[in-house]
Amino acid sequence: MTYTPSEMMTIAAARALSNDDVCFVGIGLPSAACNLARLTHAPDLKLVYESGTLESRPRVLPLSIGDGELCETALTTVSVPEMFQYWLQGGRMTVGFLGGAQVDRFGNLNTTVIGKYSRPVVRLPGSGGASEIATGCRRIFIAMRHGRRAFVDKLDFQTTIGHGATGRERRALGLSTEGPALIVTDLCTMRPDPETREFEVATLHAGATRAQVSENTAWPLRFAGSVEVTPTPTSHELAMLRDLNERTARAHGAAPAE
Amino acid sequence: MPDFLSLRDAIAGSVRAGDAVALEGFTHLIPFAAGHEIIRQGITDLTLIRMTPDLLYDQMIGCGCARRLVFSWGGNPGVGSLHRFRDAVERDWPRALELEEHSHSAMAHAYAAGASGMPSAFFKGYIGSDLPGVNPRIKAMACPFTGEILAAVPAIRPDVTVIHAQKADRRGNVLLAGIIGVQKEAVLAARRAVVTVEEVVDDLASTGTNATVLPSWTVNAIAVVPGGARPSYAHGYYQRDNVFYTAWDEIARDRVRFSRWVETAIMGSPGVAPPPA
Repeated sequence: MTYTPSEMMTIAAARALSNDDVCFVGIGLPSAACNLARLTHAPDLKLVYESGTLESRPRVLPLSIGDGELCETALTTVSVPEMFQYWLQGGRMTVGFLGGAQVDRFGNLNTTVIGKYSRPVVRLPGSGGASEIATGCRRIFIAMRHGRRAFVDKLDFQTTIGHGATGRERRALGLSTEGPALIVTDLCTMRPDPETREFEVATLHAGATRAQVSENTAWPLRFAGSVEVTPTPTSHELAMLRDLNERTARAHGAAPAE
Repeated sequence: MPDFLSLRDAIAGSVRAGDAVALEGFTHLIPFAAGHEIIRQGITDLTLIRMTPDLLYDQMIGCGCARRLVFSWGGNPGVGSLHRFRDAVERDWPRALELEEHSHSAMAHAYAAGASGMPSAFFKGYIGSDLPGVNPRIKAMACPFTGEILAAVPAIRPDVTVIHAQKADRRGNVLLAGIIGVQKEAVLAARRAVVTVEEVVDDLASTGTNATVLPSWTVNAIAVVPGGARPSYAHGYYQRDNVFYTAWDEIARDRVRFSRWVETAIMGSPGVAPPPA
Protein backbone atom coordinates (compact mmCIF):
# COMPACT_ATOMS: atom_id res chain seq x y z
CA MET A 1 0.00 0.00 0.00
CA THR A 2 1.50 3.35 -0.95
CA TYR A 3 1.45 6.27 1.46
CA THR A 4 2.69 9.85 1.68
CA PRO A 5 5.50 11.22 3.89
CA SER A 6 2.80 13.16 5.81
CA GLU A 7 0.91 9.97 6.53
CA MET A 8 4.12 8.27 7.68
CA MET A 9 4.82 11.21 9.98
CA THR A 10 1.38 11.18 11.57
CA ILE A 11 1.43 7.41 12.03
CA ALA A 12 4.95 7.43 13.55
CA ALA A 13 3.83 10.14 15.98
CA ALA A 14 0.67 8.23 16.88
CA ARG A 15 2.66 5.10 17.72
CA ALA A 16 4.65 6.98 20.36
CA LEU A 17 1.53 7.44 22.50
CA SER A 18 0.48 4.71 24.89
CA ASN A 19 -2.89 3.63 26.19
CA ASP A 20 -1.98 5.00 29.66
CA ASP A 21 -1.06 8.49 28.53
CA VAL A 22 -2.89 11.68 29.40
CA CYS A 23 -1.95 13.90 26.50
CA PHE A 24 -2.11 17.69 26.21
CA VAL A 25 -2.89 18.07 22.51
CA GLY A 26 -1.99 20.87 20.12
CA ILE A 27 -3.85 21.62 16.90
CA GLY A 28 -2.76 20.28 13.52
CA LEU A 29 -0.54 17.23 13.22
CA PRO A 30 -0.48 16.53 16.99
CA SER A 31 -4.27 16.36 17.03
CA ALA A 32 -4.31 13.99 14.05
CA ALA A 33 -1.66 11.77 15.64
CA CYS A 34 -3.36 11.68 19.03
CA ASN A 35 -6.74 10.80 17.58
CA LEU A 36 -5.23 8.18 15.31
CA ALA A 37 -3.59 6.58 18.36
CA ARG A 38 -6.96 6.57 20.13
CA LEU A 39 -8.61 4.96 17.09
CA THR A 40 -5.93 2.26 16.74
CA HIS A 41 -3.64 0.91 19.47
CA ALA A 42 -4.52 3.23 22.39
CA PRO A 43 -8.31 3.34 22.83
CA ASP A 44 -8.03 4.59 26.44
CA LEU A 45 -5.60 7.42 25.65
CA LYS A 46 -6.92 10.57 27.36
CA LEU A 47 -6.87 13.66 25.16
CA VAL A 48 -6.89 17.06 26.82
CA TYR A 49 -7.25 20.28 24.81
CA GLU A 50 -6.21 23.63 26.23
CA SER A 51 -9.66 25.08 25.60
CA GLY A 52 -10.66 23.10 28.69
CA THR A 53 -11.94 19.79 27.39
CA LEU A 54 -10.93 16.64 29.30
CA GLU A 55 -11.11 13.26 27.54
CA SER A 56 -12.32 14.54 24.19
CA ARG A 57 -13.20 11.82 21.68
CA PRO A 58 -13.82 13.86 18.52
CA ARG A 59 -15.37 12.06 15.55
CA VAL A 60 -13.64 14.51 13.21
CA LEU A 61 -10.46 16.51 13.73
CA PRO A 62 -11.09 19.99 15.05
CA LEU A 63 -9.96 22.96 12.95
CA SER A 64 -9.43 25.03 16.08
CA ILE A 65 -8.47 24.15 19.62
CA GLY A 66 -11.99 25.03 20.75
CA ASP A 67 -14.34 23.46 18.20
CA GLY A 68 -17.70 22.42 19.65
CA GLU A 69 -16.91 18.83 18.73
CA LEU A 70 -14.22 18.71 21.43
CA CYS A 71 -16.65 19.84 24.11
CA GLU A 72 -19.57 17.67 22.99
CA THR A 73 -17.47 14.50 23.05
CA ALA A 74 -15.57 15.32 26.27
CA LEU A 75 -16.01 13.78 29.70
CA THR A 76 -16.17 17.30 31.08
CA THR A 77 -15.13 20.84 30.15
CA VAL A 78 -13.41 23.19 32.58
CA SER A 79 -12.48 26.86 32.33
CA VAL A 80 -9.20 27.88 30.75
CA PRO A 81 -7.69 29.11 34.05
CA GLU A 82 -8.59 25.79 35.67
CA MET A 83 -7.00 23.94 32.74
CA PHE A 84 -3.69 25.73 33.13
CA GLN A 85 -3.72 25.83 36.93
CA TYR A 86 -4.95 22.44 38.14
CA TRP A 87 -4.50 20.17 35.16
CA LEU A 88 -1.28 21.38 33.49
CA GLN A 89 0.59 23.12 36.34
CA GLY A 90 -0.78 20.51 38.74
CA GLY A 91 1.25 17.89 36.91
CA ARG A 92 -1.53 15.67 35.58
CA MET A 93 -0.31 15.47 31.98
CA THR A 94 2.02 12.63 30.99
CA VAL A 95 2.70 13.88 27.45
CA GLY A 96 2.55 17.21 25.66
CA PHE A 97 2.67 17.38 21.89
CA LEU A 98 4.30 20.46 20.35
CA GLY A 99 5.44 21.85 17.03
CA GLY A 100 6.98 25.11 15.94
CA ALA A 101 8.54 27.15 13.16
CA GLN A 102 12.06 26.34 14.38
CA VAL A 103 13.62 23.61 16.50
CA ASP A 104 17.28 23.24 17.46
CA ARG A 105 19.42 20.20 18.29
CA PHE A 106 18.28 20.23 21.92
CA GLY A 107 14.58 20.39 21.12
CA ASN A 108 14.17 24.06 22.03
CA LEU A 109 11.35 25.67 20.03
CA ASN A 110 10.57 29.00 18.41
CA THR A 111 6.96 29.98 17.68
CA THR A 112 7.43 33.73 18.20
CA VAL A 113 9.38 35.51 15.44
CA ILE A 114 11.70 34.99 12.50
CA GLY A 115 14.24 37.80 12.68
CA LYS A 116 14.49 40.35 15.46
CA TYR A 117 11.72 40.49 18.05
CA SER A 118 11.34 44.28 17.80
CA ARG A 119 11.07 44.25 13.99
CA PRO A 120 10.49 40.68 12.83
CA VAL A 121 10.69 39.46 9.26
CA VAL A 122 7.85 37.09 10.12
CA ARG A 123 5.67 37.56 13.15
CA LEU A 124 4.55 34.08 14.28
CA PRO A 125 1.56 33.38 16.58
CA GLY A 126 3.57 33.20 19.82
CA SER A 127 3.70 30.84 22.78
CA GLY A 128 0.08 29.98 23.35
CA GLY A 129 0.29 27.18 25.87
CA ALA A 130 3.69 25.93 24.74
CA SER A 131 6.05 27.57 27.28
CA GLU A 132 4.30 25.89 30.21
CA ILE A 133 3.28 22.71 28.38
CA ALA A 134 7.02 22.11 27.86
CA THR A 135 7.74 22.32 31.57
CA GLY A 136 4.46 21.00 33.03
CA CYS A 137 4.02 17.74 31.10
CA ARG A 138 6.13 14.76 32.10
CA ARG A 139 7.46 14.28 28.55
CA ILE A 140 7.27 16.21 25.29
CA PHE A 141 6.92 14.91 21.75
CA ILE A 142 7.64 17.26 18.85
CA ALA A 143 6.26 16.85 15.34
CA MET A 144 7.63 19.04 12.53
CA ARG A 145 8.31 18.76 8.83
CA HIS A 146 12.00 18.51 8.00
CA GLY A 147 13.75 21.44 6.33
CA ARG A 148 16.80 23.65 6.92
CA ARG A 149 14.69 26.66 7.83
CA ALA A 150 12.92 24.63 10.52
CA PHE A 151 15.77 22.47 11.89
CA VAL A 152 18.12 25.34 12.65
CA ASP A 153 21.54 25.70 14.19
CA LYS A 154 20.35 28.61 16.32
CA LEU A 155 16.80 29.72 17.10
CA ASP A 156 15.82 33.31 16.34
CA PHE A 157 13.87 33.27 19.62
CA GLN A 158 13.49 30.60 22.28
CA THR A 159 9.79 30.58 23.05
CA THR A 160 9.84 27.19 24.70
CA ILE A 161 12.63 25.30 26.39
CA GLY A 162 13.60 21.82 25.28
CA HIS A 163 16.83 20.72 26.94
CA GLY A 164 18.24 24.28 26.86
CA ALA A 165 21.19 25.91 25.12
CA THR A 166 23.70 23.23 26.15
CA GLY A 167 21.35 20.32 26.79
CA ARG A 168 21.78 20.63 30.57
CA GLU A 169 19.59 23.62 31.42
CA ARG A 170 16.50 21.77 32.63
CA ARG A 171 18.14 20.46 35.77
CA ALA A 172 19.91 23.76 36.40
CA LEU A 173 16.54 25.53 36.22
CA GLY A 174 15.03 23.13 38.73
CA LEU A 175 12.76 21.31 36.30
CA SER A 176 11.87 17.78 37.27
CA THR A 177 9.96 16.95 34.09
CA GLU A 178 11.77 15.10 31.32
CA GLY A 179 11.46 17.50 28.37
CA PRO A 180 11.53 16.51 24.71
CA ALA A 181 11.85 12.75 24.26
CA LEU A 182 11.02 12.40 20.57
CA ILE A 183 10.96 14.41 17.35
CA VAL A 184 8.96 12.97 14.48
CA THR A 185 9.42 14.41 10.99
CA ASP A 186 8.39 13.45 7.48
CA LEU A 187 11.82 11.84 7.01
CA CYS A 188 12.78 10.26 10.33
CA THR A 189 12.32 9.93 14.07
CA MET A 190 14.88 11.46 16.44
CA ARG A 191 15.65 10.77 20.11
CA PRO A 192 17.92 12.67 22.50
CA ASP A 193 21.28 11.15 23.36
CA PRO A 194 20.91 10.02 27.02
CA GLU A 195 24.07 11.90 28.06
CA THR A 196 24.24 15.05 25.94
CA ARG A 197 20.50 15.41 25.21
CA GLU A 198 21.36 16.27 21.61
CA PHE A 199 18.76 14.88 19.23
CA GLU A 200 20.03 12.22 16.85
CA VAL A 201 18.32 10.20 14.17
CA ALA A 202 16.84 7.00 15.64
CA THR A 203 14.96 5.64 12.62
CA LEU A 204 14.71 6.65 8.96
CA HIS A 205 11.37 6.40 7.20
CA ALA A 206 11.44 3.98 4.26
CA GLY A 207 12.90 5.76 1.22
CA ALA A 208 14.61 8.53 3.21
CA THR A 209 18.42 8.56 3.24
CA ARG A 210 20.99 9.79 5.74
CA ALA A 211 22.19 12.35 3.21
CA GLN A 212 18.67 13.65 2.67
CA VAL A 213 18.03 14.11 6.40
CA SER A 214 21.40 15.80 6.91
CA GLU A 215 20.80 18.16 3.99
CA ASN A 216 17.51 19.16 5.56
CA THR A 217 19.03 19.86 8.97
CA ALA A 218 21.08 23.02 9.54
CA TRP A 219 23.17 21.63 12.40
CA PRO A 220 25.75 18.82 11.94
CA LEU A 221 23.34 15.96 12.47
CA ARG A 222 24.28 12.83 14.41
CA PHE A 223 22.89 9.36 13.90
CA ALA A 224 22.32 6.77 16.61
CA GLY A 225 24.59 3.71 16.73
CA SER A 226 22.13 1.59 14.82
CA VAL A 227 19.61 3.43 12.66
CA GLU A 228 16.77 1.20 11.54
CA VAL A 229 13.96 1.77 9.11
CA THR A 230 10.77 3.10 10.75
CA PRO A 231 8.19 0.31 10.49
CA THR A 232 6.04 1.17 7.47
CA PRO A 233 2.36 2.00 8.04
CA THR A 234 0.06 -0.99 8.31
CA SER A 235 -3.01 -1.09 6.11
CA HIS A 236 -5.13 -0.70 9.26
CA GLU A 237 -3.28 2.46 10.35
CA LEU A 238 -3.56 3.95 6.88
CA ALA A 239 -7.24 3.10 6.56
CA MET A 240 -8.06 4.65 9.95
CA LEU A 241 -6.05 7.80 9.20
CA ARG A 242 -7.62 8.25 5.77
CA ASP A 243 -11.12 7.71 7.17
CA LEU A 244 -10.44 10.31 9.84
CA ASN A 245 -9.11 12.82 7.29
CA GLU A 246 -12.03 12.24 4.95
CA ARG A 247 -14.61 12.66 7.73
CA THR A 248 -12.80 15.82 8.77
CA ALA A 249 -12.68 17.28 5.26
CA ARG A 250 -16.40 16.61 4.78
CA ALA A 251 -17.20 18.26 8.10
CA HIS A 252 -15.12 21.38 7.40
CA GLY A 253 -16.06 21.62 3.74
CA ALA A 254 -12.41 21.88 2.76
CA ALA A 255 -9.51 19.85 1.43
CA PRO A 256 -8.16 17.21 3.84
CA ALA A 257 -5.56 18.53 6.25
CA GLU A 258 -2.17 16.87 6.03
CA MET B 1 -29.25 45.11 37.34
CA PRO B 2 -27.72 45.75 33.92
CA ASP B 3 -29.31 47.98 31.31
CA PHE B 4 -30.80 46.22 28.32
CA LEU B 5 -29.59 48.34 25.42
CA SER B 6 -29.15 48.25 21.68
CA LEU B 7 -25.70 47.08 20.64
CA ARG B 8 -24.90 50.62 19.51
CA ASP B 9 -25.80 52.14 22.86
CA ALA B 10 -24.16 49.37 24.86
CA ILE B 11 -20.82 49.98 23.13
CA ALA B 12 -21.14 53.78 23.02
CA GLY B 13 -21.89 53.84 26.75
CA SER B 14 -19.05 51.57 27.83
CA VAL B 15 -16.09 51.70 25.45
CA ARG B 16 -14.07 54.91 25.18
CA ALA B 17 -11.05 55.84 23.13
CA GLY B 18 -7.88 54.83 24.94
CA ASP B 19 -9.56 52.13 27.07
CA ALA B 20 -8.05 48.74 27.85
CA VAL B 21 -10.64 46.39 26.41
CA ALA B 22 -10.89 42.61 26.59
CA LEU B 23 -13.20 40.97 24.06
CA GLU B 24 -12.75 37.42 25.28
CA GLY B 25 -13.76 34.03 23.95
CA PHE B 26 -11.56 30.96 23.53
CA THR B 27 -12.59 30.06 19.96
CA HIS B 28 -16.19 29.75 21.22
CA LEU B 29 -18.58 32.69 21.84
CA ILE B 30 -16.27 35.33 20.39
CA PRO B 31 -18.10 38.69 20.51
CA PHE B 32 -17.72 39.52 16.81
CA ALA B 33 -20.80 41.73 16.54
CA ALA B 34 -19.67 43.86 19.49
CA GLY B 35 -16.16 44.19 18.06
CA HIS B 36 -17.60 45.27 14.72
CA GLU B 37 -19.68 47.89 16.52
CA ILE B 38 -16.45 49.26 18.06
CA ILE B 39 -15.02 49.50 14.52
CA ARG B 40 -18.17 51.24 13.22
CA GLN B 41 -18.05 53.79 16.03
CA GLY B 42 -14.44 54.56 15.14
CA ILE B 43 -13.16 54.05 18.69
CA THR B 44 -9.37 54.12 18.61
CA ASP B 45 -6.21 54.04 20.74
CA LEU B 46 -7.45 50.93 22.48
CA THR B 47 -5.32 48.48 24.39
CA LEU B 48 -6.79 45.21 23.17
CA ILE B 49 -6.43 42.31 25.60
CA ARG B 50 -7.09 38.71 24.68
CA MET B 51 -5.43 35.32 25.08
CA THR B 52 -6.16 34.29 21.49
CA PRO B 53 -6.55 37.33 19.26
CA ASP B 54 -7.99 35.72 16.18
CA LEU B 55 -10.04 37.08 13.28
CA LEU B 56 -11.86 39.70 15.33
CA TYR B 57 -8.68 41.34 16.60
CA ASP B 58 -7.15 40.96 13.13
CA GLN B 59 -10.07 43.04 11.86
CA MET B 60 -9.85 45.60 14.67
CA ILE B 61 -6.08 45.94 14.27
CA GLY B 62 -6.47 46.27 10.50
CA CYS B 63 -9.04 49.04 11.05
CA GLY B 64 -6.62 50.94 13.28
CA CYS B 65 -8.56 50.55 16.55
CA ALA B 66 -5.60 49.32 18.58
CA ARG B 67 -2.52 51.07 19.94
CA ARG B 68 -1.38 48.13 22.05
CA LEU B 69 -2.07 44.38 22.16
CA VAL B 70 -1.81 42.17 25.25
CA PHE B 71 -1.95 38.57 24.08
CA SER B 72 -0.55 35.06 24.19
CA TRP B 73 -1.36 33.48 20.80
CA GLY B 74 -2.09 35.47 17.65
CA GLY B 75 -3.01 33.14 14.82
CA ASN B 76 -5.89 31.83 12.75
CA PRO B 77 -6.43 28.47 14.47
CA GLY B 78 -5.75 25.54 12.14
CA VAL B 79 -5.27 27.92 9.19
CA GLY B 80 -2.14 30.02 9.77
CA SER B 81 -1.18 33.65 10.22
CA LEU B 82 -3.23 36.69 11.06
CA HIS B 83 -2.16 38.89 8.16
CA ARG B 84 -3.47 42.20 9.51
CA PHE B 85 -1.74 41.57 12.86
CA ARG B 86 1.46 40.69 10.99
CA ASP B 87 1.21 43.77 8.79
CA ALA B 88 0.89 45.96 11.89
CA VAL B 89 3.87 44.35 13.66
CA GLU B 90 6.09 43.92 10.61
CA ARG B 91 5.22 47.13 8.71
CA ASP B 92 3.26 49.42 11.07
CA TRP B 93 0.14 49.29 8.86
CA PRO B 94 -2.24 50.98 9.42
CA ARG B 95 -0.34 52.10 12.53
CA ALA B 96 2.34 50.77 14.85
CA LEU B 97 1.18 48.23 17.39
CA GLU B 98 2.86 47.86 20.79
CA LEU B 99 2.96 44.30 22.06
CA GLU B 100 2.75 42.96 25.59
CA GLU B 101 3.28 39.29 24.93
CA HIS B 102 2.61 36.45 27.35
CA SER B 103 1.95 32.72 27.44
CA HIS B 104 -1.55 31.28 27.85
CA SER B 105 -0.80 30.14 31.37
CA ALA B 106 0.34 33.64 32.35
CA MET B 107 -2.78 35.32 30.98
CA ALA B 108 -5.09 32.72 32.53
CA HIS B 109 -3.45 33.32 35.90
CA ALA B 110 -3.47 37.11 35.37
CA TYR B 111 -7.22 37.15 34.62
CA ALA B 112 -7.90 34.99 37.68
CA ALA B 113 -5.82 37.43 39.74
CA GLY B 114 -7.82 40.35 38.34
CA ALA B 115 -11.09 38.62 39.23
CA SER B 116 -9.71 37.87 42.70
CA GLY B 117 -8.77 41.46 43.47
CA MET B 118 -5.10 40.53 43.56
CA PRO B 119 -2.42 42.92 42.23
CA SER B 120 -0.52 40.15 40.48
CA ALA B 121 -0.31 36.43 39.82
CA PHE B 122 2.42 33.92 40.64
CA PHE B 123 2.83 30.67 38.82
CA LYS B 124 5.29 28.15 37.45
CA GLY B 125 6.00 29.66 34.11
CA TYR B 126 8.33 31.06 31.47
CA ILE B 127 11.12 28.75 32.65
CA GLY B 128 13.85 28.83 30.01
CA SER B 129 11.80 31.08 27.70
CA ASP B 130 13.08 34.28 26.04
CA LEU B 131 9.72 36.00 26.63
CA PRO B 132 10.72 37.64 29.97
CA GLY B 133 13.58 39.29 28.05
CA VAL B 134 11.18 41.11 25.73
CA ASN B 135 8.33 41.78 28.18
CA PRO B 136 9.38 43.83 31.24
CA ARG B 137 6.04 43.01 32.89
CA ILE B 138 7.17 39.42 33.44
CA LYS B 139 9.18 39.20 36.67
CA ALA B 140 10.47 36.46 38.93
CA MET B 141 10.05 36.08 42.67
CA ALA B 142 10.90 33.48 45.28
CA CYS B 143 8.14 31.65 47.11
CA PRO B 144 8.39 32.96 50.72
CA PHE B 145 7.88 29.43 52.07
CA THR B 146 9.90 27.14 49.81
CA GLY B 147 12.24 29.53 47.99
CA GLU B 148 11.10 28.17 44.64
CA ILE B 149 11.50 30.76 41.89
CA LEU B 150 8.15 31.59 40.33
CA ALA B 151 7.05 33.83 37.49
CA ALA B 152 5.01 36.91 38.36
CA VAL B 153 2.77 38.94 36.06
CA PRO B 154 0.47 41.85 36.88
CA ALA B 155 -3.24 41.13 37.22
CA ILE B 156 -5.31 41.93 34.15
CA ARG B 157 -7.80 44.69 34.98
CA PRO B 158 -9.57 45.78 31.77
CA ASP B 159 -11.51 49.05 31.74
CA VAL B 160 -14.20 47.07 30.00
CA THR B 161 -14.72 43.42 29.14
CA VAL B 162 -17.07 42.44 26.33
CA ILE B 163 -18.30 38.87 25.95
CA HIS B 164 -21.01 36.98 24.09
CA ALA B 165 -23.19 34.45 25.93
CA GLN B 166 -26.04 32.11 25.08
CA LYS B 167 -28.73 33.74 27.19
CA ALA B 168 -29.77 36.17 29.84
CA ASP B 169 -32.89 36.16 31.95
CA ARG B 170 -35.10 39.23 32.30
CA ARG B 171 -33.28 40.34 35.44
CA GLY B 172 -29.98 40.33 33.58
CA ASN B 173 -28.36 37.15 34.87
CA VAL B 174 -26.18 35.69 32.14
CA LEU B 175 -25.56 32.04 31.24
CA LEU B 176 -22.59 30.59 29.36
CA ALA B 177 -22.28 26.92 28.43
CA GLY B 178 -19.81 24.77 26.50
CA ILE B 179 -16.20 25.93 26.24
CA ILE B 180 -16.36 28.79 28.72
CA GLY B 181 -12.76 29.92 28.31
CA VAL B 182 -11.71 32.79 30.54
CA GLN B 183 -14.87 34.88 30.21
CA LYS B 184 -16.04 34.66 33.81
CA GLU B 185 -12.65 35.85 35.05
CA ALA B 186 -12.48 38.56 32.36
CA VAL B 187 -15.88 39.95 33.40
CA LEU B 188 -15.10 39.86 37.12
CA ALA B 189 -11.68 41.47 36.53
CA ALA B 190 -13.12 44.42 34.58
CA ARG B 191 -14.41 47.79 35.75
CA ARG B 192 -17.32 47.56 33.30
CA ALA B 193 -18.81 44.54 31.54
CA VAL B 194 -20.92 44.37 28.39
CA VAL B 195 -22.57 41.13 27.34
CA THR B 196 -24.25 40.33 24.04
CA VAL B 197 -26.61 37.34 24.15
CA GLU B 198 -28.41 35.10 21.70
CA GLU B 199 -31.72 35.50 23.52
CA VAL B 200 -33.47 36.58 26.68
CA VAL B 201 -35.45 33.91 28.53
CA ASP B 202 -37.77 33.89 31.53
CA ASP B 203 -35.75 31.47 33.59
CA LEU B 204 -32.17 30.15 33.58
CA ALA B 205 -32.90 27.50 36.22
CA SER B 206 -33.48 24.63 33.81
CA THR B 207 -29.84 24.72 32.73
CA GLY B 208 -28.44 22.79 35.69
CA THR B 209 -27.10 23.54 39.13
CA ASN B 210 -23.46 24.05 38.13
CA ALA B 211 -23.96 26.10 35.01
CA THR B 212 -21.70 29.11 34.53
CA VAL B 213 -23.82 32.08 35.48
CA LEU B 214 -22.74 35.68 35.83
CA PRO B 215 -25.13 37.33 38.29
CA SER B 216 -26.92 40.45 37.07
CA TRP B 217 -24.94 42.64 39.46
CA THR B 218 -21.64 41.77 37.73
CA VAL B 219 -22.80 43.04 34.33
CA ASN B 220 -23.40 46.66 33.27
CA ALA B 221 -25.10 46.31 29.90
CA ILE B 222 -26.75 43.54 27.90
CA ALA B 223 -27.57 43.69 24.20
CA VAL B 224 -29.58 40.98 22.49
CA VAL B 225 -27.67 40.11 19.31
CA PRO B 226 -28.69 36.78 17.78
CA GLY B 227 -25.74 35.43 15.81
CA GLY B 228 -23.46 37.86 17.63
CA ALA B 229 -20.60 35.35 17.78
CA ARG B 230 -20.57 34.46 14.05
CA PRO B 231 -18.32 33.25 12.39
CA SER B 232 -17.36 31.84 15.80
CA TYR B 233 -20.07 29.68 17.33
CA ALA B 234 -22.60 29.56 20.13
CA HIS B 235 -22.93 26.07 21.55
CA GLY B 236 -26.51 24.90 21.15
CA TYR B 237 -27.35 27.67 18.63
CA TYR B 238 -25.03 27.52 15.63
CA GLN B 239 -21.73 26.00 14.58
CA ARG B 240 -18.35 27.54 13.92
CA ASP B 241 -18.09 28.70 10.31
CA ASN B 242 -14.82 26.92 9.56
CA VAL B 243 -15.15 27.77 5.86
CA PHE B 244 -15.08 31.48 6.68
CA TYR B 245 -12.06 31.05 8.98
CA THR B 246 -10.27 29.39 6.08
CA ALA B 247 -11.44 32.06 3.60
CA TRP B 248 -10.21 34.82 5.93
CA ASP B 249 -6.62 33.91 5.07
CA GLU B 250 -7.13 35.21 1.51
CA ILE B 251 -9.27 38.20 2.47
CA ALA B 252 -6.80 39.47 5.07
CA ARG B 253 -3.65 38.86 3.03
CA ASP B 254 -4.23 41.94 0.89
CA ARG B 255 -4.80 45.46 2.29
CA VAL B 256 -7.19 46.50 -0.48
CA ARG B 257 -9.24 43.35 -0.35
CA PHE B 258 -9.39 43.59 3.44
CA SER B 259 -10.55 47.23 3.32
CA ARG B 260 -13.23 46.34 0.81
CA TRP B 261 -14.42 43.50 3.02
CA VAL B 262 -14.64 45.88 6.00
CA GLU B 263 -16.71 48.35 3.95
CA THR B 264 -19.19 45.67 2.93
CA ALA B 265 -19.35 43.35 5.91
CA ILE B 266 -18.90 45.80 8.81
CA MET B 267 -19.50 49.41 7.78
CA GLY B 268 -22.31 48.47 5.40
CA SER B 269 -24.37 46.49 7.88
CA PRO B 270 -24.82 48.54 11.05
CA GLY B 271 -25.74 46.53 14.11
CA VAL B 272 -26.06 43.29 12.23
CA ALA B 273 -23.78 40.29 12.48
CA PRO B 274 -21.64 40.06 9.34
CA PRO B 275 -22.65 37.67 6.61
CA PRO B 276 -20.22 34.93 5.69
CA ALA B 277 -17.79 36.11 3.01
